[in-house]
This record gives sequence, structure tokens and C-alpha cells, in this order.
Amino acid sequence: MRDPLNSFIASMPPSGIRKFFDLVAEMHDPEVISLGVGEPDFDTPWHIREEGIYSLTKGRTFYTANAGLRELREEITAFMKRHYGLEYDPVSEVLVTVGGSEAIDICFRCMLDRGDEVLLPEPNFVAYRPCVVLAGGVPVSVPLTDENGFKLTPEMLECRITPKTKMLFLSYPNNPTGAVMSRAELQAIADVVLKHDLFVISDEIYAELNYTDEPHVSIASLPGMRERTVVVNGFSKAYAMTGWRLGYTAAPKYIMKQMLKIHQFAIMCAPTTAQYAAVEALKNGDDDIAMMRGEYNRRRLFLINRFRELGIPCFEAQGAFYVFPCIKKFGLSSEAFSAELLKEQKLAVIPGSAFGAPGEGYVRVSYAYSMRQLQRAMDRIGKFAENHA
Amino acid sequence: MREELLRLIERNARMKSRDIAAVLGTDEESVKAEIRQLEDEKIICGYHTFINWSKTGEEKADAFIEVKVTPQRGFGFDQIAERIWQYPEVSSMFLISGNFDFAVFISGRSMREVAMFVSEKLSTIDGVLSTSTQFILKNYKDHGMVMETPGRDEREMIS
Repeated sequence: MRDPLNSFIASMPPSGIRKFFDLVAEMHDPEVISLGVGEPDFDTPWHIREEGIYSLTKGRTFYTANAGLRELREEITAFMKRHYGLEYDPVSEVLVTVGGSEAIDICFRCMLDRGDEVLLPEPNFVAYRPCVVLAGGVPVSVPLTDENGFKLTPEMLECRITPKTKMLFLSYPNNPTGAVMSRAELQAIADVVLKHDLFVISDEIYAELNYTDEPHVSIASLPGMRERTVVVNGFSKAYAMTGWRLGYTAAPKYIMKQMLKIHQFAIMCAPTTAQYAAVEALKNGDDDIAMMRGEYNRRRLFLINRFRELGIPCFEAQGAFYVFPCIKKFGLSSEAFSAELLKEQKLAVIPGSAFGAPGEGYVRVSYAYSMRQLQRAMDRIGKFAENHA
Repeated sequence: MREELLRLIERNARMKSRDIAAVLGTDEESVKAEIRQLEDEKIICGYHTFINWSKTGEEKADAFIEVKVTPQRGFGFDQIAERIWQYPEVSSMFLISGNFDFAVFISGRSMREVAMFVSEKLSTIDGVLSTSTQFILKNYKDHGMVMETPGRDEREMIS
């Protein structure tokens, strides 16, 4: 028989997180506490679920327009204006996607020619690099460290820009580091982008989970950037709607027109029930966001202070729902540390190296868990630190 | 710090001072001192344990009673309210707007005991015009907490 597989796909490594999750699953131990999951522990607020149910009761089970319900696109543009000061035309500049993930995939596919280089800050979420590669692009890692809070600086970019550099990929607030970038810091990045005529894909899925005093700043809102930026956002993190699979992207018309083609042929449209629920989320969900943000923030402070009490350096993550403590002092690789912690204390965290080589020496700890669970988890880390002092 | 501390222990009075201190970025002693202060000021009025008695062998009967009264000159509703809430059988009591005046929650060992309390004690108080007793059959949610605790974490590990 001939080989049925595409040789390029077959040669791609699977996600680095996968390996570790398999290890956890193999233990079959009810005593294991996991701080590994990267999705909210809250249920979708009831009024949003109710609206989804109502749409089903009314028999709204047809396709929507390819780009998404008109009403939803209007609410999305209103939300983006209200929260980030961004202005987009709901008819020609917004696309409703199957999660932020689809949006990221089609952005790359729509903008990259074979061999184009993408500046990719790392550590970063596991899907970006493969998506670039699948679209024919070449990821150029920009290593970040906790010394400057995992933020990107113009110097880090300048030295990696070549004639083939097409775009910069940004994702702040960040998974896995929890880093956030301020307006001034983003402006410095925007200057480099403009100077070298680059484009930006900005994944802002965690935009609402920002615990600084300055609300989230989108790089697209800086002067001259709207025309060269594609913004990706969605409902999963802000409204605890991961399973609904609903995201969106906003881009200038000339880019959006091309992205819509891929979406149209590959996906048709995002799930209809989820779209109706999302309209309600955008209209009446600001209080839910504030409630969840408040709760995450308490857990965040708890973890950071607890890690520091234990003498484990933990940079002050200010967004998303992760902290990224440095575990170098234990003299173990992040994978060995995580495996040891799992075996000895029955606590699962994700090795930083799963998020790219620069994540080595750190672990990702999710606080999308109840305070009670976090308390128990930190007691176990305390015991681990004692045993390995 | 005050409001944030109260929000933290409102749903979990047993949260350890050390953990509260970690959230608030302060030390354990300051947390203990602040809680004592809040207790002295009667901002923290007490601590309550949320128990699902139906899962125990203990028989309980709870009722919600609508009470209409004649308010008294010079005292309004408060004096007659006190004559009702002083009974230990009354677990909570509210003055409300609408068709009746007081919403009184009674907790007893049996329906008979509650019924006797209403007919012999409550309805005979001067100024009480009428009562209407509703027995509680099932408690779904109380003080913002759901009785049947949600099951295990169903989130999958995905990448």
C-alpha cells in the first residue's frame, strides 16, 4: 500500500503539553490535583446559556451568513469600540470564527507566502508555531525572560528582522506567562513595525483578564497600526464560553475579504446557537466579566505571594489566568520538575518548555481553579520545596 | 483591604488567616487584627455553617410565613417585629413591601411543631392580623450557594 499521509504533516511533532497530560491520565489517581487546565472553571453565565437554549427552542438551527450573524457583528464592533477604542465596519471588517483558534489559522494562511518569516515571541501558546509552519511560514523565535516581565522590546525585534520578515505575532495578555504590555511599551513595538513595513497579528483572547490599572490596550488602536493589524479575540476566556467554540477577528477590509474566502470554504459559518448566545454576552455580560476578573485576581495574588513566601521566584503576572514561576533553583529541567512534582506530591503543572525552548526553567500554573483547590495545591508545593531544599 | 477581606470570607468563613494574608499581600497578624476589629464593630455579625440537614438523620421542618400586622403609632413595625423575632424558632425575618408585612422563616423539628408555633404563639400576638404558612419542601439554593454540590471537574486536558 502507498503511504496515505502527507509527509510534512506526518513529520510534525505533536503538542508538547500532550505528552505531559498523558502522564497525568496514566496515573488514574483521584488524589491528583491538576493546575494544568487552560480554561475557565466558571460555567457560562446563566443568562447567556439561557439565550442559547431559547434560540434552539425557536428553531434557529440554520446556517448564518458566512461572516456571522449581522446582529452579532454589530455587537462585536460596539464592544471593541467600548472596551478598546477600536472602530471596525461590522459588514466588511469583522468575521465570526470557530474559536480564536480558527481565526489565527486563517490569518496566517491568508497573509503568509512560502518562506515568509514570522517573529514569534516565546514562551507562547502551543498552537502558534505549528499554525505558522502549516501556512508555509517560518517562525523566528524571539526569546523572552522574566527579567523584563516577559515583555517584548524593540531591540529584541530589530536584531531578528530580515528582508523576509513579514509579520510580528503578538499575544498579550499572554498564555503561559501572564505578561501584559502597556500602551507605551506597545508604542515602541509599533514604531519598529511601521519602520520595517511589517504586519501584526494580535491575539487578544485574554484582553478582559487584565489586572493592571490600565485597561487592555490593543496595538491596532495605536496611530498607523489599524491598517496593518489583524486583531483576534473571542468569547472563551472573557465569558467562560470555551465549549461554545466562538471567536472573532477584525481586520482592514482588504485583508478581511481574503480571510473570509478561507472561512467560507473550510468552515461555512460558526455555530449558530453559540452566535445567539454571544449576542447576549456582549449586550449584558460586562458585569459577568468584572465578577470573574475579581475572582481570578484574588487567586492570582494568592499564588504569587505564596510562591514568593516559599522562596520560589514568581514574576508578577498581570493578565490571563496563569502564573509562571521560575523553578531553576531545584536544579531540574521543567519537564523533570513537573514529573517529580506529579509523582511525589500528586500535583500537575505544565512544564514551561512545552511553550517553546525559552520556557525552560519555568512551569505554568493555572488559577482557573477554586481557591480551595489552590490552597491544597500550594500546600503540596510547599512540601515539595521542603523536601528539595 | 476591609471590603476585599469581607468578600473573601463571606463565602468561606473558614479560610485561613495565612491564605487571606497571601491574597491581600499582607501578614497574618494584620488579618487577624482586622477581623477582630470587624467583629467588634459588628460588621461581621457572626459565622454560619451551611448544612444540608436532609442528608442527616435529623428531622427538620421549615416554613415561610406571611404575616400581616397593624403597625403601632410611634413605633411603626419595629416593636411588633421584635415580639416575633425574639422567638428562637424564628430563623430569619424581613419587613417587606407588597401584600403582607413580614416574611418570617420558622425552623422546627416537625410540621406539627411549626403549625403549633404559628397558631399558638405567632397569631396570638397583639397586632398580628393574619398569617399564611407555606412549608418548604426542598431547598435548592440558599445564601447564594447551591445545595447539591456540583460534581467533579469535567474539564478535559487539552492542548
